[in-house]
Amino acid sequence: MAATPHTLGTPAERIEGRDKVTGAARYAAEHTPPGCAHAWPVPAGVTCGRITGVDTSAALAQPGALAVLTPFDAPRFAAPPDDPELDVLQYDSVPHRGWYVALAVADTLENARAAAAAVRVTCADHADEPEPHDVVLDEDHPEAYTPEKANGGYPAHRERGDAAAAFAAAPVRVDVSYRVPPLHNHPMEPHSATAHFAGGRLTVYDSCQGGNAVRTVLASLFDLPEDRVTVVAEHVGGGFGSKGTPRPHVVLAAMAAIHTGRPVKLALPRRHLPSVTGHRAPTLHRLRLGAEPDGTLVSVSHEVTTHTSRITEFVEQAAVPARVMYGSPHSLTTHRVVPLDVPSPSWMRAPGETPGMYALESAVDELADALGMDPVDLRVLNDPATEPDSGRPFSSRHLVECLREGARRFGWHDRDPRPAARREGPLLIGSGVAAATYPAYASPCAADATAHPDGTYTVRVNATDIGTGARTVLAQIAAAALTAPLEAVRIRIGSTRLPRAPLAGGSSGTASWGWAVHRACTALAAAVAGHDGPLPGGGLTVTADTTDEVRRTPPYARHAFGAQFAEVQVDTVTGEVRVRRMLGVFAAGRILNPRTARSQLIGGMIMGLGMALTEHSTMDAAHGDFTESDLASYHVPAHADVRAVEAHWVEEDDGLLNPMGSKGIGEIGTVGAAAAVGNAVHHATGVRFRELPLTPDRVLPALRPEEEPAL
Amino acid sequence: MQPTTPPPPPDAYHSEVTLRVNGTPRALTVDHRTTLLDALREGLGLTGAKKGCDHGQCGACTVLVDGRRANACLLLAVALDGCDITTVEGVAKDGGDRLHPLQQAFLDRDAFQCGYCTPGQLCSALGMLAEAAAGHPSLATDPDAPPAQGAVPLTPDEIRERMSGNLCRCGAYPHIVQAVEDVIR
Ligand code: FES
Ligand code: FES
Repeated sequence: MAATPHTLGTPAERIEGRDKVTGAARYAAEHTPPGCAHAWPVPAGVTCGRITGVDTSAALAQPGALAVLTPFDAPRFAAPPDDPELDVLQYDSVPHRGWYVALAVADTLENARAAAAAVRVTCADHADEPEPHDVVLDEDHPEAYTPEKANGGYPAHRERGDAAAAFAAAPVRVDVSYRVPPLHNHPMEPHSATAHFAGGRLTVYDSCQGGNAVRTVLASLFDLPEDRVTVVAEHVGGGFGSKGTPRPHVVLAAMAAIHTGRPVKLALPRRHLPSVTGHRAPTLHRLRLGAEPDGTLVSVSHEVTTHTSRITEFVEQAAVPARVMYGSPHSLTTHRVVPLDVPSPSWMRAPGETPGMYALESAVDELADALGMDPVDLRVLNDPATEPDSGRPFSSRHLVECLREGARRFGWHDRDPRPAARREGPLLIGSGVAAATYPAYASPCAADATAHPDGTYTVRVNATDIGTGARTVLAQIAAAALTAPLEAVRIRIGSTRLPRAPLAGGSSGTASWGWAVHRACTALAAAVAGHDGPLPGGGLTVTADTTDEVRRTPPYARHAFGAQFAEVQVDTVTGEVRVRRMLGVFAAGRILNPRTARSQLIGGMIMGLGMALTEHSTMDAAHGDFTESDLASYHVPAHADVRAVEAHWVEEDDGLLNPMGSKGIGEIGTVGAAAAVGNAVHHATGVRFRELPLTPDRVLPALRPEEEPAL
Repeated sequence: MQPTTPPPPPDAYHSEVTLRVNGTPRALTVDHRTTLLDALREGLGLTGAKKGCDHGQCGACTVLVDGRRANACLLLAVALDGCDITTVEGVAKDGGDRLHPLQQAFLDRDAFQCGYCTPGQLCSALGMLAEAAAGHPSLATDPDAPPAQGAVPLTPDEIRERMSGNLCRCGAYPHIVQAVEDVIR
């Protein structure tokens, strides 16, 4: 069979697209086994304390109530979970507000909600003061410490040369602080699961980014062999990191199903998400950049302070991208973390890179200002030959090409570089640039591929499509390896009945799954070629496992890069900032499907726009909770916020990645986007804002410093 | 359709209603607390309308009620006896065989990723097109222009403004606007 137009690098349409536009695609809470009950969790109403009693009598008296599980009577786990956030209903203390303290199960959704509302929880300190809690992050917090590692396994502290001395001696210096507030993932589909336990087998439809990890956790908690647990995640309504690890909803749904003997559906209420599904921790940044008068960097310091919860240590690795970006003989990159009485932070789209590059790329813009240099030229000048911190060669690095191509497409060089120089009536107009980077990871994966006698193929791998178009791109990879038409390939993903695969996370899904699919299909093509006579009725199946191959990859620095440009208008009357256009150019290896790739990159840039302008959460000091916990108060970008957003890429041929030559594209679109917007706001107004988001309450007073704020 | 729990008999807390869903009358016994969204999803197994927030904040549950777009999570099913409801499952023609041009445009433009907001975007866009055709102004409509004579022309700014009740966390907005433009051309 000849290779067809629908193989690698072509804009194949999403295989499940029709199901998604007709409403046929079913998500985790849209499976209703016969007799299905509904569960509704009860969050703690205190920030920390001890539960002394849970009165379930009123709840159980509600019509349709089947059970109320509490820390005192819920089934005990066979083994404690690795993630302390999953240790639900196992003990009587409350580590943070929103922690689940009971679970109501009833025959209908309405009855479950009413039963949950009728649960009465008493705490040791309920009568008078809540136990003193501490949820406020600041640089000088007495409990701040430097951990050994930050998220991703990176060393928390790295120093090369003498960054402080080199900075002190540098002719041109920037010493600035930036702040990024807590942020929430808020995928449109709330975390949901439908669990069914029958005949010693547990089947769970879960809204997750990877079913294998969910299966492992459920098997261990409920003492079941893994082959008796099936986790299905056929369609997932977004995750952005918050579904990357198993979450309490799936544990509670399974617990309720096992306890009641009925299938149980549990969809988290939107307002619960910030407390139990992770968040991007706030980060406080101090950056010190020292340069020669020609712009050559001599010292780069990025110091990050962030928070974690009392029950888990998660350290947003925001200083790590400074180890990758620019050459400098002296460098300090370090993290400090403060354990507070807050919900556990976790992954949110490009953890580390997103807040870290916001701060670093804003500071680089400040340095360009101080030098009187074009910010594109400054970045080009400091582009390193090898990865600065490790000294490793890059498998490929085309940041300079992205910057140049972006500048050309955006019309960067037409602008008047002076700040606050362009005015249209009450509007100030400005443009900004920032760089982006994200590591190109891959994890071991298994897949199998079958050639059928009718000339079609079935490819099986437990990949998860959280909106990336995984099915489609994997079918393309398979078709290319088999030199078969795309239509001849059936792709099966989204179930632990399929060969084991890593999660959709770290922008590594396609690289990991595709690698295994490619190996299976290449071997299958050879097996078919070597097969005499017609294929057996059951077809010919080949299995691949990339574990050894992935572990043996040579030690190159593998990263995607990009350049983000933004044009903003700032209303001097209202303080409102609007993004007129955004343009990104990325170097992310081979783009396997330009249609779905463009959507992911644009979507990432829009999340960065939200981070810059609208998204903001607050840890309320008195209450000990996020105040912006729903979609009315936590403002994700809406249609009207998003005008022209364009994503482009440069051709990148990198033979040191994986058989497809691809780098991940799910996260890099978000990286640098907020810095580009912030730098554009500076160019528009001449004012440097160093705390996100750029809402009118911050912007307007700075534009009119002479006016006293009305109290 | 998937099997659903048989509805409880009517009592002080339940009532019988008939909804015309996608052209077919459906008799239901509904709990008085049941929203239209839950009646569709749990009662009728029509899971096309999505629950993103259950509080009227996201638009994922948008359906057409008597031809007008509405957040199904904010309507009580018991109050809708006799109403015409169109969900995403009823948008395609010929019993679902032939996609509506807007659905086709969403496919052509890749106007979604995870697809969870998509049914709401589709229903909202259909309602929005009808509103503009009927001359309803929006914030983006020039107030100084002469009083609307028939349809309001749908510029990209009009589309964005009118679709702003439908959040998409995947950020498919630019492609959604293009898809809507495709069907008004
Ligand atoms: S679910 Fe109805 S508006 Fe969000
Ligand atoms: S496509 Fe995922 S929320 Fe819109």
